[in-house]
Amino acid sequence: MTMNSTGRPTSITAVDGTDTAYTVSGSRGLLQAEGLIFEIGSTDKTGVDLARPKGTKARLGGVTRGAPTGLPGLTEPEAVRHYVRLSQRNYAIDLGLFPLGSCTMKHNPRLNEKVARLPGFADVHPMQPQATVQGALEVIEELADWLCKLTNMPAVAMSPKAGAHGELAGMLAIRAALIARGEGETRKRVLVPVSAHGTNPATAAQCGFIIDEINAAPDGRVDLEDLKSKLVESSDVAGIMLTNPNTCGLFERDIRTIADLIHAAGGYFYCDGANFNAIVGRVRPGDLGVDAMHINLHKTFSTPHGGGGPGSGPTVLSEALAPYAPVPLIVKTADGLRFVEHHSEAPDSFGRMCAFHGQMGMFTRALAYILSHGADGLRQVAEDAVLNANYILARLKPLMSPAFEGYCMHEALFSDGFLKDTGVETIDIAKGLIDEGYHPMTMYFPLVVHGAMLIEPTETESKAELDRFCDALASIARRAVQKDPSLKSAPHLAPARRLDETRAARSPRLKWTPETPTLKAAE
Amino acid sequence: MRYLPLTAVDRADMLKAIGAKSVDDFYGDVPAAARLKGPVPGLPNHQGELEVDRHMTKLSRKNRAASDGPFFVGCGAYKHHIPASVDHIIQRSEFLTTYTPYQPEIAQGTLQSMFEFQTQVAALTGMEVANASMYDGSTACAEAAVMACRVTKRNTVIMSGGLHPHYADTTRTLCEAAGIRVIQLDPAIDGELELARAVTEVAACVIGQSPNLFGTLTDLSPVADAAHAKGALLVSVFTEAVSLGLVKTPGEMGADIAVGEGQSIGVPLGFGGPYVGLFTCKSKFMRQMPGRLCGETVDADGKRGFVLTLSTREQHIRRDKATSNICTNSGLCMLAFTAHMTLLGDKGLTQLATLNHEAACDLADALAAVKGVKVLTPRYFNEIAFSTPKPADEVLAALEKQDVIGGVRASRLFPGAGMDNVIIAAATECVTAGDIEAYAAALAKVL
Repeated sequence: MTMNSTGRPTSITAVDGTDTAYTVSGSRGLLQAEGLIFEIGSTDKTGVDLARPKGTKARLGGVTRGAPTGLPGLTEPEAVRHYVRLSQRNYAIDLGLFPLGSCTMKHNPRLNEKVARLPGFADVHPMQPQATVQGALEVIEELADWLCKLTNMPAVAMSPKAGAHGELAGMLAIRAALIARGEGETRKRVLVPVSAHGTNPATAAQCGFIIDEINAAPDGRVDLEDLKSKLVESSDVAGIMLTNPNTCGLFERDIRTIADLIHAAGGYFYCDGANFNAIVGRVRPGDLGVDAMHINLHKTFSTPHGGGGPGSGPTVLSEALAPYAPVPLIVKTADGLRFVEHHSEAPDSFGRMCAFHGQMGMFTRALAYILSHGADGLRQVAEDAVLNANYILARLKPLMSPAFEGYCMHEALFSDGFLKDTGVETIDIAKGLIDEGYHPMTMYFPLVVHGAMLIEPTETESKAELDRFCDALASIARRAVQKDPSLKSAPHLAPARRLDETRAARSPRLKWTPETPTLKAAE
Repeated sequence: MRYLPLTAVDRADMLKAIGAKSVDDFYGDVPAAARLKGPVPGLPNHQGELEVDRHMTKLSRKNRAASDGPFFVGCGAYKHHIPASVDHIIQRSEFLTTYTPYQPEIAQGTLQSMFEFQTQVAALTGMEVANASMYDGSTACAEAAVMACRVTKRNTVIMSGGLHPHYADTTRTLCEAAGIRVIQLDPAIDGELELARAVTEVAACVIGQSPNLFGTLTDLSPVADAAHAKGALLVSVFTEAVSLGLVKTPGEMGADIAVGEGQSIGVPLGFGGPYVGLFTCKSKFMRQMPGRLCGETVDADGKRGFVLTLSTREQHIRRDKATSNICTNSGLCMLAFTAHMTLLGDKGLTQLATLNHEAACDLADALAAVKGVKVLTPRYFNEIAFSTPKPADEVLAALEKQDVIGGVRASRLFPGAGMDNVIIAAATECVTAGDIEAYAAALAKVL
């Protein structure tokens, strides 16, 4: 196939026996072909009408830009079209069920978007006088109060900017507490189950801790005997990082024992709250012996994932860790609410984690979500999320291989056992789902289950939508068992076919350059 | 509940299909003492959209929006006009409600916009490669310091006295936890070049900012030379991305890593977040970068496509050996940045930057004409520091009473540094001649 410089085929060609035909325009029905802005824009175009500069003599002191940026502009109609065309190459929750396990892809209510854009929230500056932003401070306080009560924890650090940043907040608080006890240099070992999210060991390592992995038991939970063996007569354990419900979609039934063991060994209990959606309103982590837990507002509390953020990761802290919370803190004074912004005013605090006060745009959205649901609705959220996952597990059990016996929490986990000797692999099942109009499930995670397929439907799916999804996945599972070769090359109907990731990594091209056309004719 | 599609009949049918009596069966592993019998105590029940809207609107009205009157606050976040189409674009369902593009066949929209963003940021900063965003400028700065230590295998970081104190504090937090020594030079309005003298053979990097917290522009080239002579890297920081339309770029100054805040392009003030951290470096350090990278490749039909790449740097593959723990970054703000930048183009950006600079020149002239005011910033883009005979907190409070939000007192950011009479004020294209007149008139009344 030949193509022009913007990646469009220049002839109509039917390919490999499918009914997919290429067109002269490169477009296919509603799916419009679209080049890069560097191919379609130009430096003499702009989509903004600005006032004409007066011609004031510059006071830049000679620190001036040498070469122009060379960046192309587009007028508004061209720009809008560019991004709308790109958008149509994306799958999204608003299109259908998005079963990514551990990601909690629930509906993003539009009221949240509306309130976040009120000028009193969107158009206020983090450094303007505090007397002029009392409503913003009240939002933070009100949300903090909800988070503390929902978790039964006494304090919350609001500034972390995502889940992994919240993990960092928790582990830095643990580090500060150990230093205050005079054990900062001796307690360096952090226990992390092999099933943990990658962010857990990465975070602990960033804080100077050494990772000690704990095995999973055959039932998908922490191997209690392995844990105990790592605590025998030890005085070097800083703590444990444990996800609950865990990444196998199961509740750690020995969690109180685990908390007691860690505390008895002198360590702290960090709980990864990524899966809080399964228990919100029904179980409070503070009742389980947790010392710190981050809450992904972009998971449990519905702020949009936005194609990879922004997130927000407020981190609740126990009495033992609360004194070390990062600045800024909010205090009540006679004149209203006020930030404590400096270390000097909060000497025990481990310091600052980011500029300003956290993800305010996520706070307003999460608060609108929480107020909409209330304590009763949030309980229903957890119950429906768990019910939906168990329904998927029950429906697919006859055709696929559940990783563990019994019920699951908010996500159903399957292994690739049913694919044995078929030649079909987990990735083929995932890509097959794309042709059926669904985003794939989380695949090959957690690492403790072979060829893992982790499905989290969330509570915002109707029964009809769940049935449709189950019908599609069941059909793929049947085709796999029948060794349908078309699965190996799926997807066939998506905006792109399987992409060559090896080639991308071997000779990285991370930006467009004019010298070397980014597209060569098909090889 | 308007967000929950299951009906009571659905729930009963589903329980029957599963073979469970009630949802309580699913929570059987929860310790009995931790099972709540009803809703969490001490919290209200659900509310309609009308009631929540009313409550949130009421809270929002307790805040004074930047657009409500004369407004001159900067110090790391800037009030700029955002084209209406930008907010429309980022609210497209397909961008707003999708995940990190782990499945490239159905995420080319996000991936192509990332690739365009990386190209724009590299061109803007004059650097060779850019990643697909960090949380914000401050965390990008902290990650740059840690990365410099990885690259040089050294363990000391030296920060200028003009680096935004929140950036310095964020960097110190991350570095100290990683066992990295941090040296911070004394606060100085025009002291970035001190880094050239401070750099030593044990330093992994020096971190300088231009324009710095006080608005001062500095050509960091001598700092780059001095750092390189000692085997250290230059990390160049900016908090006002629009400045790059006019001022010497980090790349032109010889920076090895350049990081900054991208909020000024496409992202609203939003009381401090979410913002978008820009992270760039020389190509040779590419594999030491934190965060996501999008790269070009082809699909099975040979068509151009984009994927997340070099992920062996990242936590989900490398776990405790990863270059950073970052996972979710600032995707939608990245999209806002790239869409706004596309609307601007080189032409629009240069014009926008010029308007900002002219507004700051006008502000400086108007304030300097007020008795007792002394402009302290020698070279500036759109932000200046000035002193008055009275304490800055009193002056700003009195201005506020006249509905002029006059800037930030330096002592809020540098307490105890003897800068009690210094105010930092920014002027962007949003500031009108009338706003500047109102500021000068109000200030004359106060002093």
